[in-house]
Amino acid sequence: MSEIPAVEVLSAEKTYPNGTRALMPVDLTVREGEFVTLLGPSGCGKSTLLKMVAGLLAPSDGRLLLWRKPVDQVQATGRALSFVFQEATLMPWARVQANVRLPLDLAGVPRAEADARVAESLAMVGLDKFAGNLPRELSGGMQMRVSIARGLVTQPTLLLMDEPFGALDEITRNRLDSDLLELWGAKKLTVVFVTHSIYEAVYLSQRVVVMAARPGRIVDEVAIAQPYPRGPEFRVSTAFSQYAKRLQDSLLRASGTHADEALA
Amino acid sequence: MKPEAQRIVYPLLMAAVLLALWQGLVVGFDIPPFLVPSPVRVAQTLVVDAALLFGALVNTLKITLFSFAAATVIGVLIAFAFVQSRVIEVALFPYAVLLQVTPIVAIAPLIIIWVKDPTASLVICATLVALFPIIANTTLGLRSVNPGLMSYFKLNRATRLQTLLRLRIPSALPYFFGGLRISSGLALIGAVVAEFVAGTGGTGTGLAYQILQAGYQLNIPRMFAALLLITVTGVLLFGLMSVLSKWALGGWHESEHIHD
Repeated sequence: MSEIPAVEVLSAEKTYPNGTRALMPVDLTVREGEFVTLLGPSGCGKSTLLKMVAGLLAPSDGRLLLWRKPVDQVQATGRALSFVFQEATLMPWARVQANVRLPLDLAGVPRAEADARVAESLAMVGLDKFAGNLPRELSGGMQMRVSIARGLVTQPTLLLMDEPFGALDEITRNRLDSDLLELWGAKKLTVVFVTHSIYEAVYLSQRVVVMAARPGRIVDEVAIAQPYPRGPEFRVSTAFSQYAKRLQDSLLRASGTHADEALA
Repeated sequence: MKPEAQRIVYPLLMAAVLLALWQGLVVGFDIPPFLVPSPVRVAQTLVVDAALLFGALVNTLKITLFSFAAATVIGVLIAFAFVQSRVIEVALFPYAVLLQVTPIVAIAPLIIIWVKDPTASLVICATLVALFPIIANTTLGLRSVNPGLMSYFKLNRATRLQTLLRLRIPSALPYFFGGLRISSGLALIGAVVAEFVAGTGGTGTGLAYQILQAGYQLNIPRMFAALLLITVTGVLLFGLMSVLSKWALGGWHESEHIHD
């Protein structure tokens, strides 16, 4: 086998002690360098699945492997993963530079090297001029960029993103989507992206994994066979609408009578 | 006018109006100074009895600052212990509450009997009064960590110490300073109350003692002057803590911004 997959989920499931089934057993493989999106309504377990991949949650059964190692031994693979949360989760008391440097500080990277990497990372998201600002002085979109810069500073090969642009306005979200695709191409990242937006899923992904709620499960997989780079014109193309329709049908079918929830 | 300036100018104007009214009433109705002294009379007393009153102020201030410092150190240590272990918190918290709800005047005589050194006994009393807000606020602060940031630290395999220094302590600072502001005033109240209880049996040199003595002698202007000193000290302590808080939080916390 020439290439080992970045992520392997082997019948992992999550049941909480109170009996809630957050996620039925699921299987999922993400190839190195792939952009995969988990799409589904609230409560479908997409965030739960992502957090299990990150090792933030333990599965109640099944296994999760990163580069063929259990998630808690990811350091042994010599690779790093980064997690970008729904909120920017920045330290409000620390300037942008210190916020981005945090993972390096926690890992004990020498200050000079860390500062150089922070500058590089901030330049990647176009915030090099804001290194000395406090988070509260930045807009929501800029705060999210800081969060992404913090994710990139450890030079990860796997980026896990949990509805990172969900709280932003549509225009800002579209721009950050484009920027993210650029970074993905330039850095050869593997991205697992969680969203409840059909349009975001179509625009970004090579492959969309459709999930449904009550109980959380995977119901469909759709490959978005469109070349990159994808410009803004892709968003208004016929192909885009067809993919969106395909995903919407899939969501509606899975949710049965709860069609309104799937559309929301 | 800027809102910052308003905060200073308006209260001062109010004070001027009230003082003028007070002076006018006392002079107009010819009220004797042993009932209500006029502001001018109080000011005169403050100058004439300066040596006596300011000497007493220094003593009270000494007790206040000692106990404030002790309350801060002990309170923070207890809060850290609470946050490190649920067992410790569950076991000890009721006693912290017990300490808080028992009136200091009720325990003070006992402490004064038990502790030989008068200064030490007063400091212990005032510390007990000032302790609780520091414990309660700092504990709350150390626990009030953004859950997202907590996950982020966990994800990056931060050690307990790293999480404490880089996350818990900075998150706790606004709460801690809130506690300091309350406790600075309480330390002063505790010092004065303890002096009252100790009375002539205590050190006999603080402001509370001067108020007691002035009361026996019906020297009401001196009573007012001593009262004024206590109040001004309390306000200054509060102001000092506010400045300290502003400086330490450096404008990152919402509480340090004036919303219009």
